[in-house]
Amino acid sequence: MYVAVKGGEQAIARSLELLAEARRGDTAVPELELAQIRQQLRLGVARVMQEGSLYDEELAALAMRQAAGDMLEAIFLLRAYRTTLPRFGYTQPLNTSSMRVRRRVSGTFKDIPGGQVLGPTYDYTQRLLDFDATQATTVKPADAPLPANMPRVLDLLDAEALIERIEPGSDPEPIDLTREPLMFPADRATRLQNLARGDEGFLLGMAYSTQRGYAESHPFAGEIRMGEVDVVVCPEELGFVIEIGSITLTECQMINQFHGGNGVPPQFTRGYGLAMGEGERKAMSMALVDRALRCDELAETSYAPAQNQEFVLSHSDSVEASGFVQHLKLPHYVDFQAELSLLRMLAAHNKKEDADEQPESVAGGARS
Amino acid sequence: MTSSYNFAFLDEDTKRMLRRALLKAVAIPGYQVPFGSREMPLPYGWGTGGIQVTAALLGPDDVLKVIDQGADDTTNAVNIRRFFARVAGVATTEHTVDATLIQTRHRIPETSLREDQILVFQVPEPEPLRTLEPREAETRTLHALADYGLMHVKLYEDIAQYGHIATSYDYPVLVDGRYLTSPSPIPKFDNPKMDQSPALMLFGAGREKRLYAIPPYTSVESLAFEDHPFEIQRWEHHCELCGSHESYLDEVVVDDRGTRMFVCSDTDFCCGRRAEAKP
Repeated sequence: MYVAVKGGEQAIARSLELLAEARRGDTAVPELELAQIRQQLRLGVARVMQEGSLYDEELAALAMRQAAGDMLEAIFLLRAYRTTLPRFGYTQPLNTSSMRVRRRVSGTFKDIPGGQVLGPTYDYTQRLLDFDATQATTVKPADAPLPANMPRVLDLLDAEALIERIEPGSDPEPIDLTREPLMFPADRATRLQNLARGDEGFLLGMAYSTQRGYAESHPFAGEIRMGEVDVVVCPEELGFVIEIGSITLTECQMINQFHGGNGVPPQFTRGYGLAMGEGERKAMSMALVDRALRCDELAETSYAPAQNQEFVLSHSDSVEASGFVQHLKLPHYVDFQAELSLLRMLAAHNKKEDADEQPESVAGGARS
Repeated sequence: MTSSYNFAFLDEDTKRMLRRALLKAVAIPGYQVPFGSREMPLPYGWGTGGIQVTAALLGPDDVLKVIDQGADDTTNAVNIRRFFARVAGVATTEHTVDATLIQTRHRIPETSLREDQILVFQVPEPEPLRTLEPREAETRTLHALADYGLMHVKLYEDIAQYGHIATSYDYPVLVDGRYLTSPSPIPKFDNPKMDQSPALMLFGAGREKRLYAIPPYTSVESLAFEDHPFEIQRWEHHCELCGSHESYLDEVVVDDRGTRMFVCSDTDFCCGRRAEAKP
């Protein structure tokens, strides 16, 4: 005899134990230390911080360990923790021109003031699995240190007035998307904030689609730079700015063609991407999608998914998407039962109609 | 109770923001109020909107009941109840009559609610027009103009095609004669319970960042046509456990030959009837 399902509470408790056991694995193998994750899985840490909207390597490492390496789960853990943190204030805008650059490349000029700097990149590794235990490498120092201030490549074009100029301070104060709901149409600052938190895979696919004819805007990687930037705040009670530390950032400025329109002459336009830590794929994808989303402002025909801001911004967030896709595994008995009764009613209705039609078809047969 | 978090998890400023949004929602029945939905430690789509509303309303003296599919013991209901017991330390109950606050997903309890009770709904998609018009900017305009022709045409097309309105849950309602509103994915069986309900009904959509309300004693009309009046689901069966013929039934497959049995979806209602029936 069936008894109404009971025992959800116990089932959850057992499930949590199984999860803890599976996460830890063989206890004969030492547990990962957070320092190991921070240092040896630093790109994963960067992604979790970026999409988790919280710059804290230690917490990101903790989240990755607790999530057993599931990056989206780690991002979710960090976001949920972030909600509970008080706000002390806002920083001054970060000045990426004064970045202490460790990597900087441009696809638009063969050489640039300050030079092309490859830095630590996977780009030229040839992707052969390294079966031997990794040896400690000593880095041969460069002949001369990198210049302290590297001009941005796009500023060189700006001097010639070939690229759109965006005056500092000309854009409105951004709203905080973690405190205010996203409303449409969203301005560029809000869009960039959404993209910065957006899922790397989703943005990569969207960005790729713009290169394959869905909102083509002929991009060039004007400049990609990675390095440390000072974080500066101006506490109200002090009235002057103080530096509270520095963070690693990757910035990408795309240069895109523009045929002119909306009273603007043909010139190069900009797409912008910024990611915490080393996040070049994310920053580049973001820059391409940012540019595609500027279609209305630049009076371009809007037809592609990457140009549709409601489409892109409403579906970019991995925590929202993952939660809603996976909520389908929750019970839906009640709605399913409602659909079952409806289909049974419609089936009965059809059967009745067929039966009503039966004598007619017999009559039709007799006539022929 | 976990003391490293504020009472009911959210900080007091966030609760105030939520309460202000809820007051606005109550003042404009059925209107979707955008709010600064927070990222909760439970996944979006699993009740984050309802949880935020509950967190904003809970006081130390409240008695909380959480149901999913009408049942107190489904895993998600257990998990949400566990969450509030952990971060707020409030008393919880499975009895509808004992609760001051009931958070629900997909059902309204069979037992009539009272004026001193609040029902909080978890809402996946607050916009009743969303499947007909995906653009948010457009649906907001349609609401502003009270232009609900799209929905009427959809219902009419159902009748033209199937002979019946083919919406069985999340059946659209007109609240206070003004706003077209999603009742959340409750079966249409529950829609009549919303009309002139003595209990305040609050709706939270966390992922979509919207709140709305149906205040007590408000008119809630399920859309229909004069020649195709609104009807609710009926079963030929009785509940096999308590014998009820008035409650919403779940169908359970009991063996591999496809034998079915029908039982009340509202477990508290069913248990209560069985207890009463015992001599």
